[in-house]
Amino acid sequence: MPVPADRSYSKEHEWARVQDDGIICIGITEFAEHELGDVIYVDLPKQGTKVTQHLQMGEIESVKAVSELFAPVSGEIVEINSAVVSAPELVNEDPYDKGWLLKVKPADQAELGNLLDAAQYDSLTT
Amino acid sequence: MADDPLRETVLHATHVSLDARMVPFAGYDMPVQYEGILAEAKAVRTMAGIFDVSHMGRFFASGPHARALLDWVHTADVGESMPVGRARYGLLCNENGGIIDDGIVYRLGGDRYMLIANAANAVKIYAWLERWRDERFADINLTNDTEHIAMIALQGPKATAIAAEVSDFDPQILRPFRIAELTVAGKPVLVARTGYTGEDGVEIMPESRDAPALWALLMEHGATACGLGARDTLRLEAGLLLHGSDMDETINPMEAGLDRFVALDAGDFCGKPAVAAMAKDGPERRLAAFRMVERGALPRPHAPILADGAVVGQVSSGGYAPTLDTNIGLGYVPSRFATPEEALQIDVRGKILDARVTHLPFYARPR
Repeated sequence: MPVPADRSYSKEHEWARVQDDGIICIGITEFAEHELGDVIYVDLPKQGTKVTQHLQMGEIESVKAVSELFAPVSGEIVEINSAVVSAPELVNEDPYDKGWLLKVKPADQAELGNLLDAAQYDSLTT
Repeated sequence: MADDPLRETVLHATHVSLDARMVPFAGYDMPVQYEGILAEAKAVRTMAGIFDVSHMGRFFASGPHARALLDWVHTADVGESMPVGRARYGLLCNENGGIIDDGIVYRLGGDRYMLIANAANAVKIYAWLERWRDERFADINLTNDTEHIAMIALQGPKATAIAAEVSDFDPQILRPFRIAELTVAGKPVLVARTGYTGEDGVEIMPESRDAPALWALLMEHGATACGLGARDTLRLEAGLLLHGSDMDETINPMEAGLDRFVALDAGDFCGKPAVAAMAKDGPERRLAAFRMVERGALPRPHAPILADGAVVGQVSSGGYAPTLDTNIGLGYVPSRFATPEEALQIDVRGKILDARVTHLPFYARPR
């Protein structure tokens, strides 16, 4: 199934969707959650933390593995998804919507150009 | 050895057809999960699951000295008085009292016994049996039937009901830690009321060629296909140890807390002097069971364990316990820190997280 066309993707299997207010919502793709298996813990940076594109910003842990989370864009964390913190399985159940991880106020919108579009990400994962 | 092709159990095609995620394990290509580890673990705890455990070693010994051979290599009392149809869990130790495997010995007949060994140790343990037969115990017919006989573990609150539906299994007759030859789909099959999940259930041993049909039959009767991932989660919750992680040849049964599976008063066994000495003096280190105080990153194997601010050991097994919704683990620490309620800390990738020593099992099924 092709990935949602309304967002950009990183090679590390994160997605970044620009909201109407310019804030960028971030999560991991279905490919990533399927590889991970049952997610049981998500380690996200706190609100206010500054993150840098492509650098590690947290961890996502399943029964069998720990995976690093990389920031798909640089900026300041303005919100983390508390629903996912208390129910990590949401990442498996709904990785593109309810399983969103955090929201970033971007430092430089142009950085989105460094990411892949849906078609490019699809060809990466098939 | 790294380039040897992976072996397959007779159920390999079945797992692939069920879209299992396959991984190498003990030299076999095995299913780690089908639907998902947590869903499978939940199925076992609430209904019934089936596991392909055909990769484990199944060895038969018969003859006038078969009993003596097994009594020598195994720490349980494999005495004259062990009834036919009884199964006993215990350890196999080297001459220094180090644990070379854990396993169950079964008395199948007057002078016929079976030993089931861990897959990773199967070759080693069979060679161990052959060595002692050759050195000390004559007149034993020893066979390695791992390839000829498969094994399916059927575990969970509904397991015995399903077993009764597909065979002449009677839970009132085949009580826990008993084994009998029953009839399944018209064929004679060894069935043992044993398992590695902490649930009630059986381990069914059909001839290899009959295993795929039996697996399908069990699924038709409501059993969920479960892989090695769920198996490891369930056994850890139940406080069952894994050889290679929680015990190995450097560990004495007393250190592992397995005293009750060592029959010190019932005759000689290989390694007895070292085991008896440690029973008398008390071990300096013990396997501690701990629960993490907060849900957080998992205490995985090899994570350092701290007590009183210093590293005192490392995690041997650890992970998420879905039935308890908490993180748990095991690890060897100096004996004084192995008491329930002791505070420990686990260094999880640089973060120091609080843990508390607890009793085993972490989870006990309602009875």
